Amino acid sequence: MSNQIPAGVLHAKTHEWVRVREGVATVGISHHAQHELTDVVFVELPAVGRVLQAGAPCAVVESVKTASDIYSPVSGEVTAVNQKLTQHPELVNSDPYGEGWFFEVKLSQPAELNGLLQPAEYARAIGN
Amino acid sequence: MLKRTPLFAAHQNLGARLIDFGGWEMPAHYSGIVDEHKAVRTAAGLFDISHMGEIVVRGSAAPDFLNWVLTNDIRKLRNRQGQYTLMCNERGGAIDDLYVYQVEAEEFLLIVNATRISADAAWLNQQLAGFPQCAAVDLKNLSADFGAMALQGPKAAQFIDLCFPSGDEPGLAATLRKNDMARREYQGRFIFISRTGYTGEDGFEIVAPAEITPSIWNKVLEIGAPFGLKPAGLGARDTLRTEVCYPLYGHELDEDTTPIEAGLGVFVALGKGDFVGRPVLAEQKTRGTARKLVAFKSVEKSAPPRPHYPIWSAGPERRKIGRVTSGTQSPSLGIGIGMGYVPPEMSASNSAIAIEIRGKHAPATITSKPLYRKG
Repeated sequence: MSNQIPAGVLHAKTHEWVRVREGVATVGISHHAQHELTDVVFVELPAVGRVLQAGAPCAVVESVKTASDIYSPVSGEVTAVNQKLTQHPELVNSDPYGEGWFFEVKLSQPAELNGLLQPAEYARAIGN
Repeated sequence: MLKRTPLFAAHQNLGARLIDFGGWEMPAHYSGIVDEHKAVRTAAGLFDISHMGEIVVRGSAAPDFLNWVLTNDIRKLRNRQGQYTLMCNERGGAIDDLYVYQVEAEEFLLIVNATRISADAAWLNQQLAGFPQCAAVDLKNLSADFGAMALQGPKAAQFIDLCFPSGDEPGLAATLRKNDMARREYQGRFIFISRTGYTGEDGFEIVAPAEITPSIWNKVLEIGAPFGLKPAGLGARDTLRTEVCYPLYGHELDEDTTPIEAGLGVFVALGKGDFVGRPVLAEQKTRGTARKLVAFKSVEKSAPPRPHYPIWSAGPERRKIGRVTSGTQSPSLGIGIGMGYVPPEMSASNSAIAIEIRGKHAPATITSKPLYRKG
């Protein structure tokens, strides 16, 4: 399980991940997070156009037993959301770093990325 | 410090996700709630229910005493047969819902909810103290002496007799009808096996002395594995019972809620004579109640309904009409389901309602029970 953290991906301490390309961040939750949640049955995503603040709750993941807040790791405007999750919330469990992505954000403050964890740091944070 | 059942070490070995359930450290799941739920619906699952309580009531006045404190009619029982019943206070409010088994003519075994063991024992002792024939009744709370497990699923009947061979006698699967119980010997001790369950599937509940519970658990898991048997936790237990609309004490039932409001009037035997709560329950059966338990299904994919979420009427003039008592995403139906209380005039099947989920109204439809049916 410890080698489930891909290279080139940054993490927040709250288990959201960020992959950045040309000023746009794709956001999801880590393998560790989906494993803790177990079966994801619904994801409530922010609307396209909404402006997010780093550290503020912006989405909700529902498992069979509980609802968990997702905190945006970065600030900026939501430019896309993963429509597939409406019909296939289980993608969050089966492919958390790929098809299970949540939304994309146009970064308003790229310097925030410096406060996120590198893969090795996140691995240590989750006890590996 | 949380309480642990005799099967705690077994849960650790199986890698269970452990949670606090009413002061007990219990498995929420092993392989996952949905996986375990589906195993029970298609093959079999094994649940630790050792936290539940066992109260033995003996004596020549035991039947009369139990008919005084319980709502169902104990005289319907033969030896080695059980019935679902409730224990109510003077206001008709449920103190617990439980199973009572007639082991012998003057020996009864009550299987009660884990969270209500103390309340039940206190109530029974209090009622016994004021009962005219109390000298002819002996009551013992033996919950600490017993463990228990529930084997549930369509394949359970295929291997129950491999677990508990009957020698020359006909086997359990062939002889036990629903609610029947057998007393068997296992490693020199007596165990009870009853054909009952809380999942809507065929199955057996096994009550055994605490010391031999782990060896029975391991044996059943081993013998059942080739049939698809999996250990199953409280998470799946909840999704399974919600799908078939079985009440959970503390949700659909509590001391301020009557069996009539909960739709359990068939287990209230008004014709048997007087019993605690009868006047209120009789009035409710004749005149109706202020609220009624309904089942509902979400109309579209949404966040699951959960306990305590408000229920609203649909249409242009919406108002709050009740509250969800149990709710979840149904693994079998793939949609949100639940139960809750609404006024009787708003309880008709196919009525449109809305469940308030984080400030939004998710449309749902009142549906007749159960929400899930086999076949």
